[in-house]
Amino acid sequence: MTTSRVSVHRASVPGITPVSESDLALPVSDVFFAMLRRDMRVARRELPFFLLRTTMQPLLLMVVFGYLLPKMGMVAKGYTATLLPGVVSLSLALSAVQSVSLPMVAQFGFSKEIEDRLLAPIPSHLVALELVTAGTLQGLLAGLFVLPVGRIIMGPIPGLGFANALQVFCVMLLGAATFSALGLLIGCAIKPEQIGLMFSSIIGPMIFFGCMYYPWKGLDSVPVMKYAVLVNPLVYVAEGMRATLTPSVPHMDLFVVSIALLALLLLFWWLGLRAFMKRAVT
Amino acid sequence: MAGTIVTRALRKVYPASARKRSTPTRGTPTPSSGMRTVTSPRHSGEIAAIDGLDLEVREGEFFGLLGPNGAGKTTTIGVLTTRVNASSGDAFVAGKNVVTDQVAVRRRIGVVPQRPNPDRGLNVIENLLFHGAYFGLPTSVSMQRAMNLLELFEIDDRAQAKVDELSGGQQQRLMIARALLHEPRVIFLDEPTVGLDPQARLALWDILRILHAQGRTIVMTTHYMAEADELCDRLAIIDRGKLLALDSPSRLRLQAPGATLIDLSIDGDIAAAAILCRRLSGVQRVDESAGELRAYSDRGGEMLPALIHAVEEAGCRVQNINLAKPSLETLFVALTGRKLA
Repeated sequence: MTTSRVSVHRASVPGITPVSESDLALPVSDVFFAMLRRDMRVARRELPFFLLRTTMQPLLLMVVFGYLLPKMGMVAKGYTATLLPGVVSLSLALSAVQSVSLPMVAQFGFSKEIEDRLLAPIPSHLVALELVTAGTLQGLLAGLFVLPVGRIIMGPIPGLGFANALQVFCVMLLGAATFSALGLLIGCAIKPEQIGLMFSSIIGPMIFFGCMYYPWKGLDSVPVMKYAVLVNPLVYVAEGMRATLTPSVPHMDLFVVSIALLALLLLFWWLGLRAFMKRAVT
Repeated sequence: MAGTIVTRALRKVYPASARKRSTPTRGTPTPSSGMRTVTSPRHSGEIAAIDGLDLEVREGEFFGLLGPNGAGKTTTIGVLTTRVNASSGDAFVAGKNVVTDQVAVRRRIGVVPQRPNPDRGLNVIENLLFHGAYFGLPTSVSMQRAMNLLELFEIDDRAQAKVDELSGGQQQRLMIARALLHEPRVIFLDEPTVGLDPQARLALWDILRILHAQGRTIVMTTHYMAEADELCDRLAIIDRGKLLALDSPSRLRLQAPGATLIDLSIDGDIAAAAILCRRLSGVQRVDESAGELRAYSDRGGEMLPALIHAVEEAGCRVQNINLAKPSLETLFVALTGRKLA
C-alpha cells in the first residue's frame, strides 16, 4: 500500500470516527441485561409461535383427559384436580428446556450466532447464566398462560385455590429454572442431527413417567416404579404444583419438593455450565 | 501498548481423537488436512495446531498470517480472541493477557469471522444496536455509529431487513460493521474474503485500507498471496503451527529463491529423476514430493529442455509443467514444500 493512497483515504473516511480508547468501566451487569433484552426481543417477536410450540401438547392433553374423557364418564370428575397441576408443570418444563436447548443447538452447531455474545466483554459463564435466566422466564410465561386456559377448558376444578399464590409462583420459578438449566446441558451436549432423538429418548419418557397424569402416591402399588421415577425432575414440579395449587389431592411434601428441585437445579447448572464452557472456550 | 499483540512460545495441542472437534472457532470448516500428528513419543497421538509461535504485532500495523488450510491460522486467531485456550505459552493483546484478562481483551478487540455469523433472531440494525449494548454503548451513540457504518458499507437501505435476506457479501460487510461498532483498537479478520466475488473482494480491500489508515491494528489471516501482498505491512508465513518467515511483503519476496520455479508433474521414479536434475548446471535446487519435482533455476524456461531430458532419462514421463517467477508464492513453496491453496 502506498502512503499517498492511505492519506487520501484518511481524509475521506465518512463513517468511522477516528480511533478512540473506548475502555469504559463497564459493569458486567449491563452486558448481562443487554443480552436478556435481546432474548426478550426475540421471544416477543416469536410469541405466537412460542405459545403454540410449548403449549399445544398440554392443551390437547387437557381437552382429551380433562374435558372429553370426564364427559364420557371414563375418568372421575375430580381427576382434573390431579391433571391441571401436571399439565401446568409439563408446559413450563417443556417451554423452559426447549427455549434454551433448541436455539443453542443451532447457534453452537452451525449458525455460530452465539459468538457475538461470547466475544462480548463479560465472563463466559455469565452468558450461560443469562441463557438460563431467559429460559426460566419463558418457562414461567408458559406456565402462567396454561393455568387459566386449563381452568377454562376443564371447567371448575375441585379444590383449586390461590391461597398459596406465592408458593405456587415459587414452585413454578424453581421448576422453570431447573428445566432451563437442563436445557443448557442438553443444548451443549447434543448435536443438531440428534434433536429428534432428544425428544424421543429424553422428553418422551420424562413426560410419561413424570407423575403428570397421576400423583406420585398412586405409584404405591408399583414400588419399583415409585422410586425409579424420582430421578425425573418433572415429578417434583408436578408434585409441587399439586401441593400448592390443589392441595386436596395426594402430593409430596412441599419441603421435599423444594430441596429436590434445588439439588437438581444445582446439578444441571453445574453440568450444563461445564458443557457450555467446553463449547465456549476450546 | 494499546494496539500491540505479543505471543511467546504459544502452543496449542489437540488430542488426536478430538481432531474433528479441534477447530470449532469462527465457524471454519475443519482444516485437518494440514495438521500434523506429533510423532515424538512424549506427544504421540497429539496434533499441534500451533507449535511454539512467537509473534509481535506493532501498534497500527496491518499484519497478515499467511498459510495453507490447517496451518494454524484460525487457531492462532482463536487464542488471541480468547476463544481458544492455548496449551502453553503466553499471548497478550493490547497489553492484556488473553487467558487471565479475557474481559479486558474482548473489550478492546473486534472480530470478523470467516463465515458470517449474524444474529438471525434480529434484523440488520438490531444486530448492530444489540452489539453496541453488549459493549455498554447508549442506544443514541450506537444508532448514530450504526447508520454511519451501514452507509459506509453501502447496506444502509437494508437496515430493517432480516439478515437472511442479505447476500453473502452484504453479510460479510455487516460483520465488519459489527466488529467496528465499539471502536476497537485491534481488529481480527479470519479469511475475510473467502467466498466473496472479485468485486466484493476489492470493495472489502478498500474498507480494510480505511481501517488501517485510521491507525487500527489489523490482524488478517488469508491464503491468498495477492491479498497479503497488497494489504499487509508485514506477513508471517506459518505452516503446521510454526513460523517460517516474517517480514514485509517486499522483503519476503527478496528471500524467495532467486530463481524461477519450474514445477514438473511426473510419472515414475521421482527420486531418480531428481538426482539427474540436480546434476544439471544452472539448476540451483531440486525438491521432490509425491508426483512433483520442483527445480529452481535463474535461467528460467531455458532449462526446460534439459530438465525434461533428464526426467525422461530416469525413465519418467512429464505430465505437466508450470513456471513461476520469484514471488511470495515460490517462497512459500520453497519454505513449506506445499502450495497455498
